[in-house]
Amino acid sequence: MDVLFHNVRELVDRANREQKLISEIMIEQEMLITGRSREEIMAQMDRNLTVMEEAVEKGLNGVRSTSGLTGGDAVLLQAYMKKGNTLSGELMLDAVSKAVATNEVNAAMGTICATPTAGSAGVVPGTLFAVKNKLNPTREQMIRYLFNAGAFGFVVANNASISGAAGGCQAEVGSAAGMAAAAIVEMAGGTPEQSSTAFAITLKNMLGLVCDPVAGLVEVPCVKRNAMGASNSLVAADMALAGVTSRIPCDEVIDAMYKIGQSMPTALKETAQGGLAATPTGKWLEAKIFGGAVVSSGN
Amino acid sequence: MKFKSVFDIIGPVMIGPSSSHTAGAARIGRVARDLFGKQPTWAKIHLYGSFAETYKGHGTDVAIIGGLLDYDTFDERIKTAFEDAKKAGLTFEFIPETANTEHPNTARIVIGDDKQEMSMVGISIGGGKTEITELNGFPLRLSGNLAAILVVHDDRSGCIANVANCLAKYDINIGHMEVSRKEKGNMALMVIEVDQTVDENILEEIGKLPNITQVTRIAD
Repeated sequence: MDVLFHNVRELVDRANREQKLISEIMIEQEMLITGRSREEIMAQMDRNLTVMEEAVEKGLNGVRSTSGLTGGDAVLLQAYMKKGNTLSGELMLDAVSKAVATNEVNAAMGTICATPTAGSAGVVPGTLFAVKNKLNPTREQMIRYLFNAGAFGFVVANNASISGAAGGCQAEVGSAAGMAAAAIVEMAGGTPEQSSTAFAITLKNMLGLVCDPVAGLVEVPCVKRNAMGASNSLVAADMALAGVTSRIPCDEVIDAMYKIGQSMPTALKETAQGGLAATPTGKWLEAKIFGGAVVSSGN
Repeated sequence: MKFKSVFDIIGPVMIGPSSSHTAGAARIGRVARDLFGKQPTWAKIHLYGSFAETYKGHGTDVAIIGGLLDYDTFDERIKTAFEDAKKAGLTFEFIPETANTEHPNTARIVIGDDKQEMSMVGISIGGGKTEITELNGFPLRLSGNLAAILVVHDDRSGCIANVANCLAKYDINIGHMEVSRKEKGNMALMVIEVDQTVDENILEEIGKLPNITQVTRIAD
C-alpha cells in the first residue's frame, strides 16, 4: 500500500498542488492506510489531545518523581510569570512551563501521549497550549496542529529515527521541536513551505544533541531539554513566518540528523554511560538512587 | 515504511517515562503473552544494549511484566506489576546481557508453565513501536507494511492449505507468506501478511483446524 508522501518535499508539493493544509494531507493518508473514516481518526486524535491537556494541568499543579530528581519546576515558572517581569516573554515561558509540566508528569510515571516519544512528549503540547492563548484556535484547529506535527514526525521516523537509543536526543527532542515549529506555522496561517522551513531551522539547531540521561532516568536533562525544544520551535516558527528561508532543504537536514546519529558513540545514545550521566554528580546521583558503590562524589 | 500511522507518532497514550523503554517494553511483553496464549507461570527476560543499561530507570522491567499480565501501555497497573505478578503466580528473573545485538533495544523473553515453553525476541524501535524478530528460534522477517498473523503448527501435510482456505473463505488476501520448520515433522511456523483485518472469530476458526497449536495477530 503506497503512501501520499515519503519525504517533506512530496508533502509540501502535494499540499500546494491540491491547495490543502499539511494537516489535511496527513488525515487523508491515515484514512487511506487504515481504511478508517475521517470521524474515527479525528475522534482518536481528539482523545490524545485530551490526554495532553490533562497532563499539562496535572504538571502545573505540581508533581514529583519517585527519584526526587524532577518535579515542581512548572509551578515555579508559572509563579514567576504571574509577576509580569519575564525577559523572554509570557507566551515563550508559558510554552516552556507547559512542556516542563508534561515531562514532569511523564517522569513521575503519569499518563502522557508520546509525541513522538515519551521523553520528548512536552514540546508539542507545551507550544500548542501556549500558542492557543494568542491565536484562539477552534478545537478542530488544535487537533489539526497534531496532524501537522504528525506528518513531519512520520517522515523523520521513516527516513531517519525518533529513538534516542538509535539517534540521540536530536532524534527525540530535536524531532519534537521541529514538529512543533511546523505545526505552529500552520496554526498561525503560514504556508506549507514555511512549515517545512520552520522544521528545518529547528532541527538544524538541535543537530548533534546526545542522549545522556542521568541514572538512565528520563528526567535529567530530559525535562529541561523539552523546555529548550519548545523555545527553539517558537523562535524558528517566527523566523519562517518572517520570510527567513533555510539554505539546506528540510529533507537534507533530516538525513544529516540520521547520519550524525549513526556516527554517535553508543555511550551517548541512551545507555547512561556518557555525557551528563558520566559526570561526577551524575554518577553520584545514580549511586544514591539505585544504591551501589559511590566511586567519586561530585558534591 | 516502518511507521505507518500518524498515531505511531502522536501516540501511544501511555504511562511514563519512556516510549521505547516503557511503552515498547509493555507491548513486547504483551505480544509474548498473546503468542503463548495464556498467562505464563515463569519468565526469564534477557535484556540487551540500552535495555540492559537503563532498564531500572525506565521501568522497562515493570512494563515487560505488566505486558505479560496483559496490561496495555496506558494501564496504571503497570506501576504495581511486580506485586501483581506475585499475586497472579508469575515468577520472573531479569538478566542483563553484554552481547551486542543488531538493535540497541532488544529483549529475549523466555516464558512457560508446567507444560509448555516459548521464546521470543522483540525490539523497540522508537516512539513505542515494536517488532518481533524471532519466535522459538525461527527468525521472523515481517515487512511491517501489512497486518500479520503467526500460526504455530505441527509440520504435517494439509496444514498450510487449510489455513489458506480459511482466509480465502473470508476474502482475506495473502500479501506475503513464509513457512519455516526446525526439523521435518516437528514444530513449524507460518508467517502470513494480509491485506485485510483478520477478526477474532477468524483467528479462532484457524486455531481449531487440525495440527494448529497457536494463532496470533500482530502488527495491526
